[in-house]
Amino acid sequence: MSKTINIDGQNIPFSEGQTIIEAATAAGVYIPHLCHKPGYTPHGSCKLCTVNVNGRNCSACTFPAAEGQTVINNSEELRHDRMRITQMLFVEGNHLCPSCEKSGNCQLQGVAYHLNMLDNHFPHFYPLREVDASHPDILIDHNRCIFCTLCVRASREKDGKSVFDISGRGIHKHLIINSPSGKLKDTNIDVNDCAAHVCPTGAILIKRTGYQVPIGQRIYDHHQISEVALNEEGGAGSLPAAALPPSLEVAGQGSLPAAALTPSLEGAGHGK
Amino acid sequence: MKNFIQTVLAEADYQPVRLLQILRAVQSYYQYIPPEAIDYLAEGLKIPRSHIIAVAEFYSFFHLTPQGRYEILISDSITDRILGKDSLMDYLSTVLKVPVGQVRSDGLVSLNNTSCTGICDQGPAGLVNGYPLTRLDRPKADEIATLIDQEKPLAEWPAYLFAVADNIRKAGLLLEQPIANGAGLSAGFARGIQATLGEIDRSGLRGRGGAGFKTAMKWKFCAEEKSDKHYVVCNADEGEPGTFKDRVLLNSYADQVFEGMTLCGAIIGAEQGFLYLRGEYLYLKDKLQAILQLRRDTGLLGKNILNQGLNFDIEICLGAGAYICGEESALIESLEGKPGIPRNRPPYPVTQGYLNKPTVVNNVETFLAATAIVVNGGEWFAKVGTDKSAGSKILSISGDCALPGIYEYPFGTPISLILHDCGAEDVLGVQVGGPSGTFISNQELDRKLAFEDLATGGSFIVFNKSRSITGIVQNFMHFFAHESCGFCTPCRVGTSLLSNQLDKIVDGHGSAGDVVELEALCQLVKNHSHCGLGQTAANPILTTLQRYPDAYESRLKDISYEPGFDLDGALDVARRMAHRDDAAAHLTQVED
Repeated sequence: MSKTINIDGQNIPFSEGQTIIEAATAAGVYIPHLCHKPGYTPHGSCKLCTVNVNGRNCSACTFPAAEGQTVINNSEELRHDRMRITQMLFVEGNHLCPSCEKSGNCQLQGVAYHLNMLDNHFPHFYPLREVDASHPDILIDHNRCIFCTLCVRASREKDGKSVFDISGRGIHKHLIINSPSGKLKDTNIDVNDCAAHVCPTGAILIKRTGYQVPIGQRIYDHHQISEVALNEEGGAGSLPAAALPPSLEVAGQGSLPAAALTPSLEGAGHGK
Repeated sequence: MKNFIQTVLAEADYQPVRLLQILRAVQSYYQYIPPEAIDYLAEGLKIPRSHIIAVAEFYSFFHLTPQGRYEILISDSITDRILGKDSLMDYLSTVLKVPVGQVRSDGLVSLNNTSCTGICDQGPAGLVNGYPLTRLDRPKADEIATLIDQEKPLAEWPAYLFAVADNIRKAGLLLEQPIANGAGLSAGFARGIQATLGEIDRSGLRGRGGAGFKTAMKWKFCAEEKSDKHYVVCNADEGEPGTFKDRVLLNSYADQVFEGMTLCGAIIGAEQGFLYLRGEYLYLKDKLQAILQLRRDTGLLGKNILNQGLNFDIEICLGAGAYICGEESALIESLEGKPGIPRNRPPYPVTQGYLNKPTVVNNVETFLAATAIVVNGGEWFAKVGTDKSAGSKILSISGDCALPGIYEYPFGTPISLILHDCGAEDVLGVQVGGPSGTFISNQELDRKLAFEDLATGGSFIVFNKSRSITGIVQNFMHFFAHESCGFCTPCRVGTSLLSNQLDKIVDGHGSAGDVVELEALCQLVKNHSHCGLGQTAANPILTTLQRYPDAYESRLKDISYEPGFDLDGALDVARRMAHRDDAAAHLTQVED
């Protein structure tokens, strides 16, 4: 591991074939992201992980690390642009955090907190999107889909199924379900599938598990997504709550209650 | 239906990569992709039905609901608008008795807009069941309405409705001396394949699609990739509004293009080539197939070409209405039967292209030039043009000029000379390189056609002083929002936000901060988008804002802020529900 790239002045080792985000995460450097998830084929669509590599903007989740790269990740300009891109995601769909079950555990919300996003900035599109509550165990709220394709990839790559697809073009992009009726109940998805648990927002929810952890006691209510992501994705895999570093303890709140951890932070298997 | 689908599937050899061809056949037969057809196709191709729907919903020419048996699409390019498209569309809607965007209740006819059809020099243009209608006017609209009411098959419609002229106004280096069939291949074999690549290198030829990558270098990189298969792809998806030179090259110089592809195949070690023809050029397909067959019959294509042991063949693949497929990696995705979404790069197509094999993708004009270079030598080409831009450029000129059509100029030619030749008067400005290129004002007409000054894939649209800058820009921005593939956030959301923000200003609802906001949004979309579409989509605004700030400022209201939506209109539903329409149930848009 003698090869290095330089991120914001810090030399970071990488091995051949690693992307910039993989090298950064392994070295404890957080790069904001939503469509990227370790172990999944990189997608490069949300553009939150945009970094400047030798003067050029690249997606850190798809761009290979290479000797001689000088990478800017932590600049005010990038924070601002990433915040704007996040705001785009918010106005494109119907993201009403206070009434969303995912609030506090939502990565979209977590990234928005991290980037200090205080408003939506852009005019809302208020698209008409439907809820698919047909499945006995899984709810799809299309209002909250950000087209990261993690569920598409999870179903194909992890579950060996093909339950989801992204269809349409431009602002009319939408998630579709692979069944003759177009409804989730007519697919072979199972509540224990990775695809049912991978959604970074509240677009795919498990029924009858809502609000078990009160809002206010959830992950991003107390922790920066940067800490959570590095802890979850930083090489060693996910850690039990007890192993969370002291830095994850919030002043005045005591240590994080184990119950606040959602399955996505808690265990890799999702009951498989 | 099952029998029909089975036939279509058999013709496509049950290959999922041929999904576009298959869906074109289904669409053409049923006027849409019926749900049962999707089931049969999913079963026959062994792919998820959602994949078929994703493809059908990506391309403009596929529909999941029935269109008219006569499907009429009118080109909504700015050049068609200059030629009177808007009033013609209203007239067509009246005589065909169908609102724009709808199917007539008897199912006989549907009418809608489509992106530039590449007939900009003889518009207003359109398509009926995929075939081009040119120089449309009211008498022709009446005639078409009668033919449709009589339910006359297209084959019985008068040919002049479909006449597409080449309009070659000025031939230069390439168009003046067409290469005899086989001359390029003979010269290539005589010189030796390696020396032939050297000759293309000496010529300084750069890609003619607009980006300008050195052709010899691309071919060399691809040739050096170790692989069991290599591919050659000719990009004939010229979708940039105002571009139609490839239409003419394929109509009148197709052999020379195919010969360039064959030479490329010999150099990179490919046995298979594809011509990706934009869906709008369906009418050229039969003619091109016949040319390919003749080339096979005369030993210029297929097995053992000119008895030199070279095997190379070319398949024609049609697009289905998606500008983004002009981007080379999106084109490859489309060739593979998928939505045309640009890939992450690296890897580049020269290392992992079609089916992840090394692939050269070049523009029609690049292959045409390569053949001429192989015959006439690199020096013949290099001595024309400028240091950085060797040779000539073939332009498609349209808009406000007396003689729209095809013009070929050496690189380095000043814009003023081109405007003089095409009979442009009272010029306001010129859109060089199409909406994704640069809008230059009449103060910059001494600028030159060259990669180092004004690069263009061939689009050259002239505007006179009667045109509204913001009207032009609105047309372009709506185009980009419509054509964005939607893969990445900045382009998917950003092009629609840009389009709406521009409309807000142009429609007179903007205030001081709105132009600043517009420009900031332009930079965001430009700097963060995934591919060339998003990276250039803001150019119409940025290039005109720089030159004509007054065109924007003069539209602004003298107030500090106005909401981006109709405040009172938003209350409409509530009023109806409450059965109220009194003054207290209304809001003014801006506080008094």
